[in-house]
Amino acid sequence: MINKVVKDADEALRDMSDNAVLMLGGFGLSGIPENCISAILKKGVKGLTCISNNAGVDDFGIGLLLKTRQVKKMISSYVGENAEFERQLLSGELEVELIPQGTLAERVRAGGAGIPAFFTPAGYGTEVALGKETREFDGKMYLMERWLRADYSIVKAWKGDTAGNLVYRGTARNFNPMMAAAGKITVAEVEELVPLGELDPNNIHTPGIYVQRIFQGKDYEKRIEQRTITKI
Amino acid sequence: MLDKIGIAKRIAQEVRDGMYINLGIGIPTLVANYIPADLNVVLQSENGLLGIGPFPTEDKVDPDLINAGKQTITMMPGSALFNSAESFAMIRGGHVDLTILGAMEVSERGDIANWKVPGKMVKGMGGAMDLVASAKHIIVAMQHCSKDGASKLLKECSLPITGIRCVKKIVSDLAVLDVLPVGGFKLLERAPGVSVEQIKNATAGRLIIEGDVKEMSI
Repeated sequence: MINKVVKDADEALRDMSDNAVLMLGGFGLSGIPENCISAILKKGVKGLTCISNNAGVDDFGIGLLLKTRQVKKMISSYVGENAEFERQLLSGELEVELIPQGTLAERVRAGGAGIPAFFTPAGYGTEVALGKETREFDGKMYLMERWLRADYSIVKAWKGDTAGNLVYRGTARNFNPMMAAAGKITVAEVEELVPLGELDPNNIHTPGIYVQRIFQGKDYEKRIEQRTITKI
Repeated sequence: MLDKIGIAKRIAQEVRDGMYINLGIGIPTLVANYIPADLNVVLQSENGLLGIGPFPTEDKVDPDLINAGKQTITMMPGSALFNSAESFAMIRGGHVDLTILGAMEVSERGDIANWKVPGKMVKGMGGAMDLVASAKHIIVAMQHCSKDGASKLLKECSLPITGIRCVKKIVSDLAVLDVLPVGGFKLLERAPGVSVEQIKNATAGRLIIEGDVKEMSI
């Protein structure tokens, strides 16, 4: 098996330069690549295009990169919960493309799967469809959406092995598997890096072929946005 | 007139045994609390879960288990986890029986607006456009009028729309209405203490009233 292990996030992102197009996994703050976001912050690369379902919150996740103005453009489905984001958007400092969530997921999936375009009903008749080809299939209208691909896909998994096979946990899986397949270079950070043979091949979510670099992450905060509790 | 919990309770009466249901953020999420216990239903969370359970007790809080509103949740026995592309495949593929979501405006043809107020709110559509474009049955939970008294049940939506001709039923603080395929809001039930006259005055789109309109039972 090919060994894809690197030391840490800094080594994994060593060749990232300004104006790179990134995909970052996660839904809200769940399943986000915390170590890599910190490394990008430290590295200071600018002009980034970030494809991610959300934009983090003001002081965590991609919100950290917005604060330092490292992001030129966000491609997301939902960007609430972030005042700095909203400010940069309304003032025109930040370019934003808002995409229906299922369309975003499928565009990323298509990118990894070699499908340059597909038709979806989501957004037909709305401003999302402006300028896009529409077509009727069996009496229903659809619009054409293109694939998305990235220079770097940065994903977070629960467990991974040295060959880059990944297993996610709970709803922290979300966009990570499709993004892993859609990056020229895919970096996986994992909570637990295990030796070959330890993960059950029956239960691999992301096969290692999609992953170029993997490392054992550290100091996971795993912040919760809405802590809702049932009182006993 | 119904409060938010009243709206959630009335919508819960629309739930049938065996349904797979997607609940939107806000009032729709509350519906889960009022689904009769003898019904077997499965709640879908578009971030990748079939089988949403109640909020966790303090010791069971797990940052890797959240719903689409980013709230911590639990899983019911027999749950399934999956990625976002698969989640929307089951939505687009018509496998989800019922979608319940909020709206800022609905038109008499069933167009819905709930994602953007130009110049003011730019949070994004999340999964709403995918859901309304594909759901077999859509029930909207909403306030009949805005705070300044303007009707939100309109001839045409004034806000940017989320989807066209998709809403089938509305439960508002004042009434239950069907959106007819030919266009128009058909008044089915009045909220407790609300008159037909009040509903007429609060509905800017075409309102269809046939015979006596009964008061709903909650």
